[in-house]
Amino acid sequence: MSAVLFFIAAIGALTGAIGVVMLRNPFYCVLALVGHLICLAALFLLLRAEFVAAAQVVVYAGAVMVLYVFVVAYIGGGDEPLTRIGGALKVLGPIFALALAIELCIALLGTALKGVSGHGAPYVAGFGSPRDIGQLFLTKYLFPFELASLLLMVAAVGAVVLARRRRGLEEEEPDAALQRRYRPDRPVFTGTLAEAAGLRPGAGTGEGEVEDQSERETVPAESNPTSEGGW
Amino acid sequence: MAIGWYLVVSALIFCVGAVGVLTRPNPLVILLCLELMLNAANLALVAFARMWGSADGQVFALIVMVVAACEVVVGLGLIVAIYRRRMAINVDELNELRG
Repeated sequence: MSAVLFFIAAIGALTGAIGVVMLRNPFYCVLALVGHLICLAALFLLLRAEFVAAAQVVVYAGAVMVLYVFVVAYIGGGDEPLTRIGGALKVLGPIFALALAIELCIALLGTALKGVSGHGAPYVAGFGSPRDIGQLFLTKYLFPFELASLLLMVAAVGAVVLARRRRGLEEEEPDAALQRRYRPDRPVFTGTLAEAAGLRPGAGTGEGEVEDQSERETVPAESNPTSEGGW
Repeated sequence: MAIGWYLVVSALIFCVGAVGVLTRPNPLVILLCLELMLNAANLALVAFARMWGSADGQVFALIVMVVAACEVVVGLGLIVAIYRRRMAINVDELNELRG
């Protein structure tokens, strides 16, 4: 049973990996990676790493991939050339990877580790459970744990700094520019609600306020509508 | 299943990811292939944790996940910044640090 599950998950993971590399549209690449991650989580479960598998599904296939999908949607992922144009890497890359695979397989076959051909250490209850992992994180690996939290914070701040809108880098919002350009010039203190209520803003600071007030009393607004600029 | 099979799968996924990093022109897909390589390392770590019967390898795998998440966040921020500058999202054309 475990062998069947292993082969299903392994083939799924490899298919997903090849899909990430071979698909043209970045959006489909991300979806292939999601499938790959879920198959990998199944492999983790077969290796009795329940907490790592759960974290893989929740953090990776959930959160990180959503981030990818958002960025792909933002920059508009269309079909694109699969390989670099005329680069030597186009040929050398697969050759290098093939050599690496052969080398790793030789290393695996010739290993002196006896446990590699075995089925692993005898299973004790609670291995790979959140309790086990958490205890290790808070005792033996406390310093890496704290360092990881610091790293996450630095990365979050760095991402905000990198991706923020810089002033002057691009043109401002179109309707803001439009408003500034077509704002009608009219006399100050006209057309406001404060004026309608009889309150003149800037009392005590505006020059000529007293004259203005007297002028308003002597000259009715109906007889001389243009005295205030037509507003 | 023997532990060796998991290591074989891990090696193959790593090599597929390496091909992607070396040949794809889009930095977004290069980040995805980098994820593949990190996940292959994770699989090897978890397999070795099973082999030795200690959870230390799983702790390493979780730390690798944290590092991968940080790398993704910074990389995607860079890609968004490149896009804002109306530059081509292509590593062959982005070959100088000057923006």
